[in-house]
Amino acid sequence: MPAVQETVDRVKSIDVDQYKYGFETKIESDRAPKGLDESTVRFISAKKGEPEWMLEWRLEAFRRWKTMSEPNWARVKVNPIDYQDLYYYSAPKTTAGPKSLAEVDPELLKTYAKLGISLHEQEILAGVDPAGRTKVAVDAVFDSVSVVTTFQEELKKAGVIFGSISEAIKNHPELVKKYLGSVVPVTDNFFATLNSAVFSDGSFVYIPKGVRCPMELSTYFRINERNTGQFERTLIIADEGAYVSYLEGCTAPMRDENQLHAAVVELVALEGAEIKYSTVQNWYPGDAQGKGGIYNFVTKRGDCRGNNSKISWTQVETGSAITWKYPSCILRGDNSQGEFYSIAISNGHQQVDSGTKMIHLGKNTSSRIISKGIAAGVSQNTYRGLVSAHRKATNARNFTNCDSLLIGDKCGAHTTPYIEAKNSSAVFEHEATTSKISEDMLFYCRSRGLSGEEAVALVVNGFVKDVLQHLPMEFAVEAQKLIAISLEGSVG
Amino acid sequence: MALLEVKNLQARVEEKDILRGLNLTVNPGEVHAIMGPNGSGKSTLSYVLAGKSDYEVTGGSATLEGEDLLELEPDERAARGLFLAFQYPIEIPGVASMTFLRTAVNAVRKKRGDEELSTPDFLRLVREKAKELNIDQNMLKRPVNVGFSGGEKKRNEILQMAMLEPKMCVLDETDSGLDIDALKIVADGVNRLRAKNRGFLVITHYQRLLDHIVPDVVHVMAKGKIVRTGGPELAHELEAKGYAAYDNAA
Ligand SMILES: Nc1ncnc2c1ncn2[C@@H]1O[C@H](COP(=O)(O)OP(=O)(O)OP(=O)(O)O)[C@@H](O)[C@H]1O
Ligand SMILES: [Mg+2]
Repeated sequence: MPAVQETVDRVKSIDVDQYKYGFETKIESDRAPKGLDESTVRFISAKKGEPEWMLEWRLEAFRRWKTMSEPNWARVKVNPIDYQDLYYYSAPKTTAGPKSLAEVDPELLKTYAKLGISLHEQEILAGVDPAGRTKVAVDAVFDSVSVVTTFQEELKKAGVIFGSISEAIKNHPELVKKYLGSVVPVTDNFFATLNSAVFSDGSFVYIPKGVRCPMELSTYFRINERNTGQFERTLIIADEGAYVSYLEGCTAPMRDENQLHAAVVELVALEGAEIKYSTVQNWYPGDAQGKGGIYNFVTKRGDCRGNNSKISWTQVETGSAITWKYPSCILRGDNSQGEFYSIAISNGHQQVDSGTKMIHLGKNTSSRIISKGIAAGVSQNTYRGLVSAHRKATNARNFTNCDSLLIGDKCGAHTTPYIEAKNSSAVFEHEATTSKISEDMLFYCRSRGLSGEEAVALVVNGFVKDVLQHLPMEFAVEAQKLIAISLEGSVG
Repeated sequence: MALLEVKNLQARVEEKDILRGLNLTVNPGEVHAIMGPNGSGKSTLSYVLAGKSDYEVTGGSATLEGEDLLELEPDERAARGLFLAFQYPIEIPGVASMTFLRTAVNAVRKKRGDEELSTPDFLRLVREKAKELNIDQNMLKRPVNVGFSGGEKKRNEILQMAMLEPKMCVLDETDSGLDIDALKIVADGVNRLRAKNRGFLVITHYQRLLDHIVPDVVHVMAKGKIVRTGGPELAHELEAKGYAAYDNAA
C-alpha cells in the first residue's frame, strides 16, 4: 500500500532520536518572573491588556487553586512538579499580539515551515501549495501567545470569529463572559483551575446561527521556551444549526527536564449544532531512557447544550512523556450525540492514561466510543472511561469498543471502564479486546516480502483504521505517518 | 546451476537438534516431494529455509541460485524468489487480505527493482488468480486468514504464491484439510505455475496429492535427514508400507 511505503520511508529518513520536531528556535522572549503568586497572575493579565473582570476571574481561580492538590488516581508515575520553579508566561519579544503575516518575525515563520505548517495564505489561495492541501485556517500559538491567525478576513465574511482568545476577551467580551468556564468550571480539577488562573493564550471560535464554517480551522501549539509551562485555553461555540471542524496539533523541542502543558478546551454546541474536534498530539515524548518530555495534563470537555446537537472528539495521541486526558461530552440536550474516537500510542517509557466520559442527561441521547490503544517498549497505556445515564435520561444509548494492541512483552495495556445507569431504559454495550503483534505474525509478513517495519506498519494501520477514517482526510495521512514514526524501534 | 541446494544442513530449536545433516538439490523446473513421519523435521526444514528466527542453524549450507540463503533476512529471501506456503497460516486481524496481498506484491517488486503495480493492474491480476483458485472476492475483503476455514486458508496461501511469482516454492502440507474438490483446485493452481525456471518442494503425507501434482523426485525424511530418494513410485510404496522400514535408517 503506498501509504505504508510512505510511512516506512519517512521512518527511515529519521535519525536515531526519532523525534524530528525537537529543534529549538533562537528568539528573544519576554517572560514573567519565575514562580507563581498573585503578582504572576496580574502580570499575565496586564501583559494581555485584559479588562478588570477577566483579572478578577483569574484571581479567584488562583485562590481556589492554592487550596487544591494534584489528582493521584491515574495509572501514571509523575516526577514531583515544583510550581514555583516554572515560568508562566513567555512570548517572543517581537510579537506584541497577533498581526498580519507580513509583520510576523521571519524566524517564527521559518519555525512553522520546518514543522510543516503553512502560514502563507497566498500560496494556498493561489493553488501552489506543493502538498495540494485544501484550505485550512491556522492559529499559530508559540509558547504563551498566538503569533498569527490566517484566513481571518475570509472567515469574517462568513460571520465566523476565529482567532486568539486574548483578542476575543477584548473584542467579544459578551461571548467570552457567557461561555468561558461554563463547560469546565473554574473549580473542576487541579490542572483546570491552575489553567484558569494563568492561561496565556489559545484559540477562540464562534460560528453563528446556521453557518457551516467554510473551511477547516486549526490551531498549532508549539512550546519553545525552557522551564515554561504552556497553559492554553480554547473555547469553541457553535450556535444553533452551525457546523465546524477543528483540528489542533502540537510539538515541542527536546529537553532533558519535563515540561508542563495544562490546557483547557471547552466546546459548546447549541441546538442542532455540530462540532468535530480532532487532535494530533505530538509533544516531545522524552528520550529512550525516559528522560525529559512533556507532561500533558489536559481537560477537554464538550457540552451538547441544545437539543439535536452533536460533538465528536477524534484524537491521535503519540507524544508526551505522560498523557492525562479525557475529552468528554455532556449530553444535555434531548437527542444529542457524543462521539469519542481515539488512537493512543505509547512507546519507550511513555505513560498514557486517557479515555472519555459520556454523561447522558437528556432524553434519547446516544454516545459512541472507539478506543485503540497501542503499547510498545516499556510503556503503560490505560483506557479510562465513564458512561453514565442520569435519572431523567430515558433511552440513553452507548456503544463502547476498546481494543489494545501490544508490541513486545515489556509494555502494558489496561482498560478501566466505569458504567453508571440511573435510568433503567439505558442500553450500554461494551466490547474490549487485547491482542499482540506476535513473532509468528511478523514472520508470516516477512516471508511475504515485508520488512519488519512494513509488517508492524501494516498491522498497526489495520488496527487503527476505524478511528483514522474519522479524521479530516489530509490529517489522516499525516497521522498515519506519525503513528509509524512513534513506533520506530518497537520491533527488535 | 541448481535452484535450491541444501548441504549437510543441521538446525536446532529450543536446544533440540532437529535437522541432522540434510542434503537436497532441486533443479529449475523440478518438483520434489518430501514425505516422512510426524515430527521428522519437515516443517522445520521449511522454516529454516524461510528464515524463522527461533530456528538456529548449527551447520551446513543452503543456497538459492548459488546465493547463501542463510545469511539473508526472511523478506530478502522472499524477494530472491523463495516462497513458503505455511502448514498453519497465520491470522492477521484488521488487515484485509487484499491490502495484505498488495503490500506484499509491491514490497517484493520493489526489492526486485520492478515498478509497483498500478491499482487496476493489481486488481485485474488478483481477480484472475482468485477466480482460478475458486476464491470468492468477499473473502479477500476479510482480514487475512481470520475466520477462514482450513481449506480457505490453504487456497489463500496458493493465491499469495501465484501473486508473488516465486522461483522456489515450498508447500508444507498444503493438501491437509482440503476436501476432494479443493484438492483438485489447489493442485491445478500449482500445476499452472509449473515452469522450466521454477522449482517446487511439496511436503505431504498423502499419495493422492501426488496423483495431481506429479513429482519428478520423491524423498523420504526421517529424524532430520533424507533417508531415501526415488521416483513417483516411491510415494505409492510408502502409502502401502508406511515408514516402519525407516525407523532405524537415520
Ligand atoms: N518451536 C519449537 N519448540 C520445540 N520443539 C519444536 C519446535 N518446533 C519444532 N519442534 C520439534 O521439532 C520436531 C520436528 O517438528 P516438525 O514440525 O519439523 O515436524 P514435521 O515433520 O513437520 O511433522 P508433521 O508431519 O507432524 O507436520 C518435533 O519433535 C517438534 O516437536
Ligand atoms: Mg509439519
